[in-house]
Amino acid sequence: MAHAYTPGLKVTERAVITKTRRLPILGEVLVEKGQAVSPDTIVARTNIPGNPQTVNVANILGVDPDDIADFMKKAEGDFVKKGELLAEYKSFFGLIRHHVESPTDGTIEMISTVTGQITLREPPIPIEIDAYIEGVVEEVLPKEGVIIKTEGAFIQGIFGVGGEAQGVIRVAVEGPNDILDACDVKPDDKDKILVGGSLVTADAIKKAAEVGARGIVAGGIIDTELIDYLGFDIGVAITGHEDIPVTVIITEGFGRMRMADRTFGLLKKLSGYKASINGATQIRAGVMRPEIIVPGYQSDGADEGLDLTKGLVPGTPIRIIREPYFGMLAEIVELPPELEVIESEARVRILRARLEDGTIVTVPRANVEIIES
Amino acid sequence: MQEQRNSFELDREINSVLATDCGSTTTKAILIEKIGDEYRLVVRGEAPTTVEAPFEDVTMGARNAIREIEELTGRTFLSEQGVITPRQPDGLGVDIYMSTSSAGGGLQMMVAGVVKTMTAESAARAALGAGAIVMDVISVDDGRKPHEKIQRIRQLRPDMILLSGGIDGGTITHVAEIGELIAAAEPKPRLGIGYQLPIIYAGNKMARKHISDILGDKTDLRIVDNLRPVLEVEVLGPAREEIHNLFMEHVMAQAPGYNKLMQWTPVPIMPTPGAVGACMQTAAKEYDMSVIGVDIGGATTDVFSVFGEYFNRTVSANLGMSYSICNVLLEAGVDNIMRWIPFSIEEGALRNRIRNKMIRPTTIPQTLDELIIEQAIAREALRLAFEHHKSLAVGLRGVHRQRTIGDTFEQTGSDETYIDMAELGMLIGSGGCLSHAPRRAQAAMMLLDAFQPESTSMLAVVSIFMMPQLGILASIHPKASMQVFDRDCLVKLGTAIALAGPNGKAEFGAPCAEVTLEYDGKTIEESVPFGSVKLVPIPEDKTASAVIRPARQFDAGRGYGHEVKTTVNGGVVGVIIDCRGRPVVLPEDVKARNEKLVEWFLAMNMYPEESLKKYVEA
Repeated sequence: MAHAYTPGLKVTERAVITKTRRLPILGEVLVEKGQAVSPDTIVARTNIPGNPQTVNVANILGVDPDDIADFMKKAEGDFVKKGELLAEYKSFFGLIRHHVESPTDGTIEMISTVTGQITLREPPIPIEIDAYIEGVVEEVLPKEGVIIKTEGAFIQGIFGVGGEAQGVIRVAVEGPNDILDACDVKPDDKDKILVGGSLVTADAIKKAAEVGARGIVAGGIIDTELIDYLGFDIGVAITGHEDIPVTVIITEGFGRMRMADRTFGLLKKLSGYKASINGATQIRAGVMRPEIIVPGYQSDGADEGLDLTKGLVPGTPIRIIREPYFGMLAEIVELPPELEVIESEARVRILRARLEDGTIVTVPRANVEIIES
Repeated sequence: MQEQRNSFELDREINSVLATDCGSTTTKAILIEKIGDEYRLVVRGEAPTTVEAPFEDVTMGARNAIREIEELTGRTFLSEQGVITPRQPDGLGVDIYMSTSSAGGGLQMMVAGVVKTMTAESAARAALGAGAIVMDVISVDDGRKPHEKIQRIRQLRPDMILLSGGIDGGTITHVAEIGELIAAAEPKPRLGIGYQLPIIYAGNKMARKHISDILGDKTDLRIVDNLRPVLEVEVLGPAREEIHNLFMEHVMAQAPGYNKLMQWTPVPIMPTPGAVGACMQTAAKEYDMSVIGVDIGGATTDVFSVFGEYFNRTVSANLGMSYSICNVLLEAGVDNIMRWIPFSIEEGALRNRIRNKMIRPTTIPQTLDELIIEQAIAREALRLAFEHHKSLAVGLRGVHRQRTIGDTFEQTGSDETYIDMAELGMLIGSGGCLSHAPRRAQAAMMLLDAFQPESTSMLAVVSIFMMPQLGILASIHPKASMQVFDRDCLVKLGTAIALAGPNGKAEFGAPCAEVTLEYDGKTIEESVPFGSVKLVPIPEDKTASAVIRPARQFDAGRGYGHEVKTTVNGGVVGVIIDCRGRPVVLPEDVKARNEKLVEWFLAMNMYPEESLKKYVEA
């Protein structure tokens, strides 16, 4: 446990990105190794067994479960259409008649003489997986899926909602400290991914949804406005499956938070490029952060992303990620090796950092993350 | 009580033990050795768990953690093949190695039964006690339509399903119905894309053939004894044993590197929470008292209780201090969190702070305000987890009891919880916010506020989280396990003397209890009014005789107004006389409440005095 700091999120102009695209159950892979794919290329397909429906024939006919075989008009394995007669009971020379019709198209999977119910299996449900990003098939996982590889720009956010989407990036504000409000969203932003600065408002998200934008990237969001947009509160940090029209990615945190210059600068460079984004976030073992991928972006500089291998050293630019200096940028000036007692009286490993206004502050190492150099 | 025993039997003297717990993020190793007549913790080491890519081999993390122990002791425990056992004449290796695991998401189960409050509940208890996370409980009467249940079963990809239902010789139809739902759903296991899902059937033995017909071909079906053979009896042992077997055979065998790890040890690997439960049960037996234990983590909070013959464990899967912290906010509500904070903070700011903790879970409170907020959230997470626990730790439902006329007046049912806070002997807390609170008195107050024990009970926290390793050790060598638990793991905070009541209306400041404590020839007299708490600093190794004389509206364990003579133990905090009422009474007015909180915090010496006084002045 040598490193007690939060590693920064990836913000890089040039990265090799691989994405595993896997079916939920075994199926058929439709592409070959080395094949070029676009985000909407279907790479694998399978059929999930159809939804089963149970019909309690014994109850409807008013007979004992172990007698239902005598009244069935169909057998196990038969395909039936919706409305087709499944079972019939007649007595008193046909004067009393009860019958059971199929509630759906499907195959009779089981006739149970224990419970008196039958199980009907609806036709299989086809499932298709697309490539999500533009790239090349790096590896085929037989019957399971593929690994797609691409090169380009890669940005991770801290938190997101909504699933995979594609769109053209448009930076909708002037600077990283600006708020993305409804007035910044234009009628021709359909299929765009809009970039804001320190905050995205609930009105801006609503307007973006109205015009058909695909995603929003901003520094911060107000907790209650996110809840308003989703229509429910988030309890556990697993997201990505929300049924919402616009995927939202937050790069810094909750509240109004200036987007890191490096992130904002890169997004400005990426303006006009087509990106694949995903808001899915999972904060636990096997952390998953939301992402913005721009395949094919040709970096004009020698940017290799952040060098985290050195860890924290004097001079490293950092962002403080907890009160009382939450969100402030600073530069490390000293890393005392001994544990020190902080205001909360905990004895922890700390560092001293110079804030932008020149003030030197003491911060637990656990409460900083490395930012751009 | 069904203790979890390993099939492994000791056949030799054990003088040194190496044990690892492969957690989802960290693998922790401990070395225990017999020093003189006692088993003691010698050293511990830790390293990141290596179940996930790019390593995908759990033994790498285990080796790294053990290597840290090698470096600290200057001895050798590892060879190419694994841990060297038994200890060699030249000093290499240890006598035995063992491991627990919760890596890769632990053991995730779904349980099903006929009646929600009867067989399904028993099945849930069996699964939880075995150390599983219960993803859902399906029953005939759970209010969902058949197709909704089928959808749910299809969505979940558990490691296994425990199916129960019906007493022996009872209904076959309903249990078969549940079996048919499972068969229709064709559930797939979480691990191993081509494998059949293991299903344990522990229901009516007369339905075994039907269940085999329905599920035998589609699943990996195992049949064990009915867990409710008759209505009045719950037999969880065989189901729990089969869960452990399948955990080894299926879940562990599929997790990367476990086949290798299993070769290192003759003792079957236990799921981490199951081992913690074994540790709690052994502790309850050893101390001869009822025990409640809690482990509050980032994502989940586990509560264990041992009262008489009953052992129970619950997992509150979405109550935790980082990953699930927003769910605490959601379930408890902002007001319940704010009631423990003695200064004003805007609701929106508090909500944003909690969200930011969720997305950056490794950060720690730097300021006192932040610490107090985090401890307020911890109180609520613990309270909710305990509420959840009490709802499952109940007597068998559906059992007809003979009642006396007195019972009729008491209006109690068979589904009342058997957790009696007045009977509690020891309350043990673990997890970062309790074990690493800057002052131990903070941990004591969090436990008191969340669990609200009554009469007298020892409060304790674990200093180093090694209960999983001690739990698996307890299954083969309880004495060694308990010696280390008592001397190197448990930090005794002190006995809490808590008065139940008031019975009727009482004003703050009214007489509540007079307490006389005698130890080492000293006599301490305390008179504590209602609404107050008093700390008597009696050291950890001292036992005092206590006479508690409650006022007529208060109960010290023998009835309202009745004197209690007992013994209490000192601790690193001391003996706490808690006269704040049960439930703890907080003023409704915000200013008055803040003043009261500061008064309690000062009385307990929980935070720096000057800072607390500033809150009141503000």
